[in-house]
Amino acid sequence: MFYLKLILKNVFRAKLRTGLTLAGLVIAVMAFGLLQTVVDAWFAGANASSNARMITRNAISLVFPMPAYYRERIKAIPAVKSVSHSQWFGGIYKEPKNFFPQFAVDHENYFEMFPEFLFKPEELLAFKRDRQGAVVGRKLADQFGWKVGDTVPIRGTIFPGEWQFTIRAIYDGRDEVALTRQFYFHWDYINEWLKKRFPRRADQIGVFNIEVSDPTRTAEVARAIDAEFKNSLAETLTETEKAFQLGFVAQMETIVLAIRVVSFVVIFIIMAVVANTMAMTARERIVEYATLKALGFSPRFVAGLVFGEAMMLSLIGAGLGILLTFPVAAGFADSPAGAIFAAFKVNGMTVWMQWACAIVVGLVAALVPGWRSARIRIVEGLRHVG
Amino acid sequence: MTALVEIKHLAKSYKRGEQVVPVLHDITLDIARGDFISLMGPSGSGKSTLLNLIAGIDKPDRGVLRVDGVDITELGEGELADWRASHIGFIFQFYNLMPVLSAFENVELPLQLTNLSRAERRARVALTLGMVGLADRMDHYPNELSGGQQQRVAIARAIVTDPTILVCDEPTGDLDRHSAADVLDMLKRLNADLGKTIIMVTHDAHAAEAARRMVHLEKGELSGGEG
Repeated sequence: MFYLKLILKNVFRAKLRTGLTLAGLVIAVMAFGLLQTVVDAWFAGANASSNARMITRNAISLVFPMPAYYRERIKAIPAVKSVSHSQWFGGIYKEPKNFFPQFAVDHENYFEMFPEFLFKPEELLAFKRDRQGAVVGRKLADQFGWKVGDTVPIRGTIFPGEWQFTIRAIYDGRDEVALTRQFYFHWDYINEWLKKRFPRRADQIGVFNIEVSDPTRTAEVARAIDAEFKNSLAETLTETEKAFQLGFVAQMETIVLAIRVVSFVVIFIIMAVVANTMAMTARERIVEYATLKALGFSPRFVAGLVFGEAMMLSLIGAGLGILLTFPVAAGFADSPAGAIFAAFKVNGMTVWMQWACAIVVGLVAALVPGWRSARIRIVEGLRHVG
Repeated sequence: MTALVEIKHLAKSYKRGEQVVPVLHDITLDIARGDFISLMGPSGSGKSTLLNLIAGIDKPDRGVLRVDGVDITELGEGELADWRASHIGFIFQFYNLMPVLSAFENVELPLQLTNLSRAERRARVALTLGMVGLADRMDHYPNELSGGQQQRVAIARAIVTDPTILVCDEPTGDLDRHSAADVLDMLKRLNADLGKTIIMVTHDAHAAEAARRMVHLEKGELSGGEG
């Protein structure tokens, strides 16, 4: 108790220095948490994928389409339960900064494959009946204040022109990782337009979405589909939805690695700051430590004071930093920048890592000053002029 | 009086770079139980070094230094720390109080090393602060006390464990005349009334007169004394 009291009083002795060091710790721990959450969010889409869903795309690249008639041939392959399709639209709503993913989908059965999207049945029916109808996720609707019946103009880039959509349904996510920042509309809508304007681009599909009857047979199904279109004009590459998502992440692997590295660099920097604080603190208290040793306190007690102070400083900073991470992450998730992530949520592992980093910072920062304080010769310490 | 401190052929030198600087040469001195001696001498004469050796915070190069029958030169660092905690009370020139602790907590500090219960510690601290006339200042922090009051807190801290010897390094060196007289008077009373053995280093001839005996050091050697 006495020990704790002495440490606590020492921590807040130089208020300005402690305040500035704490501020640095809070920001560093929070930044570390946010950067780790960015990395987690990158993988969230893949983690939320279903084991029973697969994606077939053009083997050369995603940007090359496949003929729409592939659908029936895929459907005929054993263990394929249903087939749907989708097409990346890539339009701009008012300004490029308002980015959100837009897909033209098979309105008849696409959403049957995604039980994690929760609809009001009458709204989904209304969407199916309206060729210009659109479906939007709850977060996206909330972000732009959209409601059912609103008209949303989107400027096409891949499909040039001003497109008008009427929101017919707003869906919720079954859980927090379900994607609710998406915008879906009828593939038929753009396909009819293509038939008139660019007939050679009509009846082409971006990706086929496949649901298998038995998730253990995905490898076999993938092989069968790709074999079906071997040596055709558009050879295919079929993989699980998770592998497909991870493929996107892999393309950004260097960025993810950079984010991870930066998050630990932040911790390393704050470690140097706290170590500097502790070194200054210990140097200023040489006479006190020598006095304590003269009175009969052991070197271990003196080292414990330095370690205790560094740990308390780090843990207070970490606690405040962790507390701050949640609202800042929530704010980021609700911002337009957060729209690129399926889910941006601080998870338990990140919080544990924040605590662990704080403990390492405290221990490392106190190592040299603690050792020096414990080793100080009493006679020299008592003569020290701070 | 029996000799509490027996010093025989004690020598101490310090290293300054490659150079060895001798500080004490062949000191032989007995200090009786209940004595109050002042160590005097010019700067660099070795009086503080001798005090530090007797207090067990420094080690001699050679010689015998026995306190209450224990050859403290043979004790290891941990044993020496325990020995100091129970046998030595320190009074420093600049008080050396913990600034973050109140007067009460500063006096309680050495008792943290004992097995006394919290209630026993509190009772003993209150009694000791009463003895030095600071019963009404126990919740004050060092920066809220005058120099004289701080030195009285330091005296209370030094005697609260009932040590065998009080070692005082220029205890009045940072005090005004009035406060210095108070402190010296207190030391005399501790010696006369409680029989405390006191060894005091001082430059001040007036302060030295408070002791029963003066020991002079000159260039690391005893140069005589008076009773």
